[in-house]
Amino acid sequence: MAGQTLYDKLWQQHVVKQRDDGTALLYIDRHLLHEVTSPQAFEGLRLAGRQPWRLDANLATPDHNVPTTAEERLSGIDGIQDPVSRIQVKTLNDNCDSFGIEEFAMGDVRQGIVHVVGPEQGATLPGMTVVCGDSHTATHGAFAALAHGIGTSEVEHVLATQCLIQRKMKNLLVRIDGELGAGITGKDVVLHVIGVIGTAGGNGYAMEFGGSAVRAMSMEGRMTMCNMAIEAGARVGMVAFDDITAAYIKGRPYAPQGEMWEQAVAVWQDLRSDDDAQFDKVVEVNAADIKPQVTWGTSPEMVTTVDGVVPSEDDASDESARLAIRRAHEYMGLKGGQKITDIHLDRVFIGSCTNSRIEDLRAAAAIAEGRQVAATVKQALVVPGSGLVKQQAEAEGLDKVFIAAGFEWREPGCSMCLAMNADKLGAGEHCASTSNRNFEGRQGYGGRTHLVSPAMAAAAAIAGHFVDVREF
Amino acid sequence: MKEFTVHSGLVAPMDRANVDTDMIIPKQFLKSIKRSGFGPNLFDELRYLDEGQPDADNSQRPLNPDFVLNQPRYQGASVLLARENFGCGSSREHAPWALDDFGFRAVIAPSFADIFYNNCFKNGLLPIVLNEAAVDRLFQQCEANEGYQLTIDLHQQTVTTPEGEVLGFEVDEFRRHCLLNGLDDIGLTLQDADAIRHYEQQRRQQAPWLFR
Repeated sequence: MAGQTLYDKLWQQHVVKQRDDGTALLYIDRHLLHEVTSPQAFEGLRLAGRQPWRLDANLATPDHNVPTTAEERLSGIDGIQDPVSRIQVKTLNDNCDSFGIEEFAMGDVRQGIVHVVGPEQGATLPGMTVVCGDSHTATHGAFAALAHGIGTSEVEHVLATQCLIQRKMKNLLVRIDGELGAGITGKDVVLHVIGVIGTAGGNGYAMEFGGSAVRAMSMEGRMTMCNMAIEAGARVGMVAFDDITAAYIKGRPYAPQGEMWEQAVAVWQDLRSDDDAQFDKVVEVNAADIKPQVTWGTSPEMVTTVDGVVPSEDDASDESARLAIRRAHEYMGLKGGQKITDIHLDRVFIGSCTNSRIEDLRAAAAIAEGRQVAATVKQALVVPGSGLVKQQAEAEGLDKVFIAAGFEWREPGCSMCLAMNADKLGAGEHCASTSNRNFEGRQGYGGRTHLVSPAMAAAAAIAGHFVDVREF
Repeated sequence: MKEFTVHSGLVAPMDRANVDTDMIIPKQFLKSIKRSGFGPNLFDELRYLDEGQPDADNSQRPLNPDFVLNQPRYQGASVLLARENFGCGSSREHAPWALDDFGFRAVIAPSFADIFYNNCFKNGLLPIVLNEAAVDRLFQQCEANEGYQLTIDLHQQTVTTPEGEVLGFEVDEFRRHCLLNGLDDIGLTLQDADAIRHYEQQRRQQAPWLFR
């Protein structure tokens, strides 16, 4: 019999009950909550007179709506100027209080983007099933966990039953062998992969990232890759457990300690695909071929290299692709054949659940140090992923580097990734962004997003247009 | 949940691939703490010529006359015909809530994004996968014939065209059962409460670090 994939193992370990129709009741170890997709779920519980099944599996923090300026943050929830956002953040507080769910509320140094906070606290552990009402929950798969986003009805289902009704997905291996070039990050790798397989290429699959380049990558890089598995259509992104995983988790507040730590690490060693495991699909990537990536269009698959050009309609493989390129040109205000390095930026955003961890901020600060944001750039924001990331960055003096270079140093939250708070693009503005989606209107009505790595974003802020970070 | 058995309705064609959930319902409307009222802001950025706000009077806003749902012939549409990878991106269930609130009962496409597809079933909205050739044909017929209607029968798992062509579709037995009967799946899962407790006890012994 063929061996099992990491996904096969995680799935099998969590089946409570297999049903005849091919679905299974799957047990959920960790449920993360935020203010946007939970209020209707709590309301549902209340209407049905139900209580959460297991309180200690839940952890909440507000992130999508929270303001990021220090002034607005001073007076906590009451300081949120947008009354609709204020009600939503307040509702999360009230729900967590009344149901007894642990929350890192505004003002708590542990508050931050839910996908930064979970791993940072050790609340995301290898071998877990992790779900959250947010598609970027795939991030947590970097810890050899089975993690994916769910809708609000499922948030309610998990709260009430600690389970989900699931059908097993297919196995996809993205194997990245070789050595990444200098300045090439997990962000470039995953954007490259999305460019290769397309935004629907992973639909129906659980996507494991493997190969020597992944084994050599930090947890931050792995989280960035898994985070964007969903942008290739895969709900689940995963990386096998190894010493790098263990080193990251050890000593974190929610992680096992002492003897139980040893016991856990021994169990976690098996959280990898067997050598003879069968995948339904394998995509092979040569790490050395990957250059810094920049998206030019309105879907993450519309991506090219920094030394490339915006594709033309004639590059399209079919009529539907031709139409998509035409629409993207119009929306983005770009022409086929235009050099990527000729795209000028109005704003720069360094942050989001994709790239707001300490390593990301260090990479951006290394570029920014001793330089100045171009006069033509209206705003360059740095938004740390959590209060603890912010604290760490300040201890290392990164805030001073950014501020001296002309960047704004903000409080933690999702911020301009999806512009639910006051941080947004104006119509027609081009933004170099370390976030995950370049959809129309995503960062603000009429805004034009270009997805890049943190170092590429910082370099673009300095130059005022895209530049190859390897030559910067 | 609203049940779905047989539905006949006017079809609106949305000829665009990779329609994401940000497009279906933009972020500023996700601040609501309710499940209803999203219909007027469905496809907001495509449908109106100005930027939508949660407290705006949508009846006073300028409509984009080119957008399919604003065209007189598609008023009252309840079946959305779409292209591949419909519903990609964010997991927001506000997307099916908005489609439902607008009056759609079914979406037909060659493929759907996984999370969106799953969310539809929780809200009495039926996502139907037909092959690309069939969807192409429906697009042509729909655009050529004003008042084009389809009949969807979830019992039979068929879509029937006005010409009498019958197209079969697949759907999970469990999801079909829930939708046909309007069942709340939390209630069904709780019938297995003993199995969940039993699993949990075992897990607590095998991986005690997962429990605090």
